[in-house]
Amino acid sequence: MMKGIQMDLISEDKLDGMTSMEKVRLILDEVRNGKILILEKGLTPNEQTKLIELTMTEIAPDDFSGIEIESYPVKHDNNILGKLFGKNTVKTRLTVIGPADQLKTIKKDRDLISALVSAP
Amino acid sequence: MGIIKRLRQNFNWIKRLFKKKKARIGIYGPPNAGKTTLANRIVRDWTGDAMGSVSHIPHETRRARRREGVTIECNGSSVTLDIIDTPGLATKIDFHDFMSFGLTEEESKRRAKEATEGVIEAVKWLDDLDGVILVMDATEDPYTQVNVTVIGNMEARKLPLLIAANKIDLPTSSPARIHSAFPQHPLVPISALEGQNIDALYQQIAAHFG
Ligand SMILES: Nc1nc2c(ncn2[C@@H]2O[C@H](COP(=O)(O)OP(=O)(O)OP(=O)(O)O)[C@@H](O)[C@H]2O)c(=O)[nH]1
Ligand SMILES: [Mg+2]
Repeated sequence: MMKGIQMDLISEDKLDGMTSMEKVRLILDEVRNGKILILEKGLTPNEQTKLIELTMTEIAPDDFSGIEIESYPVKHDNNILGKLFGKNTVKTRLTVIGPADQLKTIKKDRDLISALVSAP
Repeated sequence: MGIIKRLRQNFNWIKRLFKKKKARIGIYGPPNAGKTTLANRIVRDWTGDAMGSVSHIPHETRRARRREGVTIECNGSSVTLDIIDTPGLATKIDFHDFMSFGLTEEESKRRAKEATEGVIEAVKWLDDLDGVILVMDATEDPYTQVNVTVIGNMEARKLPLLIAANKIDLPTSSPARIHSAFPQHPLVPISALEGQNIDALYQQIAAHFG
């Protein structure tokens, strides 16, 4: 069998069908199994802080040192009708998440994320 | 959300803006950005006291600290703040990093454990603030998840955010790079260590948190 690192690309549709806690739990479980995840649509700011909190509770010496996560800043929808009627005007974007000891961001700017993936 | 409820929320927001005498301001950012150095300078300049210890080893602050009633006077107006110096935010903490600074394995493991608790505390504080000063090390890449997450949370709460582009005394610093990353937020280039441009920061604090 080919050796390598498993990478899962999770669709926007699947993410839309999940609650915040389900998303955060799924991400952490998969990352702890050594997977790299790519989310078609990113996490809301609130989900990002939830993920950080849960990550912190799971860090343990010589077992798990945390996650690497990179995404683009949210996009704001400037549609005035949307704003008036309280529609969600924030659009989260492509996100990559992996174990901190296997995924390292080399460079990130406005429209490019460049990362290095290594074996455990 | 219903229109009435939204209007009422907007009204509350306006009321808050005019009635609040004291604003609770959190100093946020990644480890080592200079948050405590800045908090010390603000508190020393306006009260004569100090706030907390500073170190080149990351995660020096592992408990949030609050200093109440710091009155900043600027251009004839005055603003009274509660200042909260928070532990540096991170998505990863590896005790080996502390050992490379010369700490023993035991010390490093303890520091890592306390640091994880500190991050959680800093995140929890986000719910109880009126504004944030986000401190970034201007010699480093600004597009980090920590910065994106703090900014996203403040935008979602519709609370004011001021970026302090710190360490401009260092030759490789680039506040312009930070500004182009987050152009929608006010930014003040400073050196918390040497005091460069601190008056401009006080003016911005009075303008945005007053
Ligand atoms: N050159 C330079 N160094 C600075 C400046 N501000 C802070 N530092 C240094 O950066 C290091 C970290 O400063 P702290 O104030 O402890 O940083 P912090 O953001 O509170 O860090 P944590 O509490 O670990 O999250 C120390 O060595 C400071 O002396 C600055 O304006 N210029
Ligand atoms: Mg500190």
